[in-house]
Amino acid sequence: MSVSAGLTSDQLGVATRGDRDDTLIELRNVSMKFRHQSVLRDISLSIHRGQTVCIIGESGCGKTVMLKLIIGLLQPSQGSVWFDGDNLANMGGKELVALRLRFGFLFQMAALFDSLTVFDNVAFGPREHHLMEEPEIKRMVAERLTEVGLPEGIELKKPAELSGGQRKRGGLARALALNPEAMLYDEPTTGLDPIMSDVINELILQTQHAKKTTGVVVTHDMKTVTKVADRVIMLYPISRLRPDESQILFDGTPEELESCRDPRVGQFVRGEAGERLREMATVRHNRTEQDEDDE
Amino acid sequence: MVAQVGDIASFSIQTITWIFRRRSRWQVLVPIFYEIGVSSVSVVAITGTFIGMVLAVQAFHQFQMMGLASRLGSVINISIVKELGPVLAATMLAGRVGSAMAAELGTMRVTEQIDALSALGTNPIYYLVVPRFLACVLLIPLLTLMADFMGVIGGAVVSTQVLGVDSFAYWKHSRDFVGSLDLFAGVFKSYFFGSAIALISCHRGFNSRAGAEGVGQAATEAFVYSFIAILFLDFVLGLGWNSVYRAIWPQAEGLL
Repeated sequence: MSVSAGLTSDQLGVATRGDRDDTLIELRNVSMKFRHQSVLRDISLSIHRGQTVCIIGESGCGKTVMLKLIIGLLQPSQGSVWFDGDNLANMGGKELVALRLRFGFLFQMAALFDSLTVFDNVAFGPREHHLMEEPEIKRMVAERLTEVGLPEGIELKKPAELSGGQRKRGGLARALALNPEAMLYDEPTTGLDPIMSDVINELILQTQHAKKTTGVVVTHDMKTVTKVADRVIMLYPISRLRPDESQILFDGTPEELESCRDPRVGQFVRGEAGERLREMATVRHNRTEQDEDDE
Repeated sequence: MVAQVGDIASFSIQTITWIFRRRSRWQVLVPIFYEIGVSSVSVVAITGTFIGMVLAVQAFHQFQMMGLASRLGSVINISIVKELGPVLAATMLAGRVGSAMAAELGTMRVTEQIDALSALGTNPIYYLVVPRFLACVLLIPLLTLMADFMGVIGGAVVSTQVLGVDSFAYWKHSRDFVGSLDLFAGVFKSYFFGSAIALISCHRGFNSRAGAEGVGQAATEAFVYSFIAILFLDFVLGLGWNSVYRAIWPQAEGLL
């Protein structure tokens, strides 16, 4: 298991000093609140270069928020997020833009721009930042679309004309346009059939291997975890934790995940409702009693 | 309420800052200018024409009773160029374009396209709001002139061809009463209307809540808030314009 999970910043400093240069992404005692709702509590972890980390956990436990914190789309309520030794909180506008260009982000529903064709979507980053000439952009788009297995002619279509799987692959092509150092995937297989899910998993794996990128994959799909992860982190909703408990229930390899003794981890991995069914029964019981009292 | 106003103010400052900070690309501007300007011409022209025609019909009998039917042109045309043309063009723009902008940006917010822009290192206000703001501000004066022109034509056709007002007298009184300053007053106001429509609509879209209901509500709010802003600005600018006019020409009668 990784030594960094759930430690304080001082402890983390000691724990990671030896491999500090190898750390690309680091969260130090990060907490996140939206108004009065706490989503992340005192999260500390470091992700090494070339590592593919899968973040799993129930809906609403803060997985996507964590991705958005890593790329600076959200600022933590407490703690700090570091990328390649730089604290995101100390970055100005231009530095933050430069940082984001080192990332690729595949959004849950791909988030391709509706008003643009697939070609213009993939070409968006290089064009907006004047990083390539038009002939070079054309070559790059063709390469990326080939890499993700989209057929010729699709570049002229708008996102609304694509299937779910094609949209995801278009989103992946756009995220890979600038050869990012780190890829963030937000539920890459959600809403896809099993075959297309496997295609996306293969593409993630190929990307991680061929381009040597660091990957953070938020997913519910245990097949994705088994296929692509070097390391798995499981988050748990704060509302179900004791105040002194770490929100990271598990941090280790996929093999260790299988043998984890924490029943909450096992329950998630096996996809068993377990405790939730008892909770639902209690809610039903309470509501019935209240209705009877009202009558 | 205070937080909302503060939020819109901050949004407006960011928009204006981005206009000067980085020039928008023509490839982004042209389709938005076309959608906001060219596509609105027909609806603004039709509305302007009918307003001129209705004004003629409604005012004719009152003026005829007082024996002032020949002066109908002055009343119709001053009303159109100073008030109805700019306000109607702005209202049509708020209804046709403001709601659409709020719905489009709201959908982009809900489907994470706005986050995707940020993730690609592009400021969403620069890319999405600035072109829409420029299109509204720069094109609304032209739409206002179109509404004015069609209103004047509509009023003249109904007055002279249907209601039998003498054409020479109609145009003579119009020319005597309606000056270029009146036309300018209407066009001047339209810049403020265009700014308000763009900022309010884009702000509502950016702050849309999730789901179809949230986007629908953003579109409705965009129109309602824009319409209230248009009427409020019309009142304030009218008062201000009148004060300035009286200060410059104290001997002149108030033209409001």
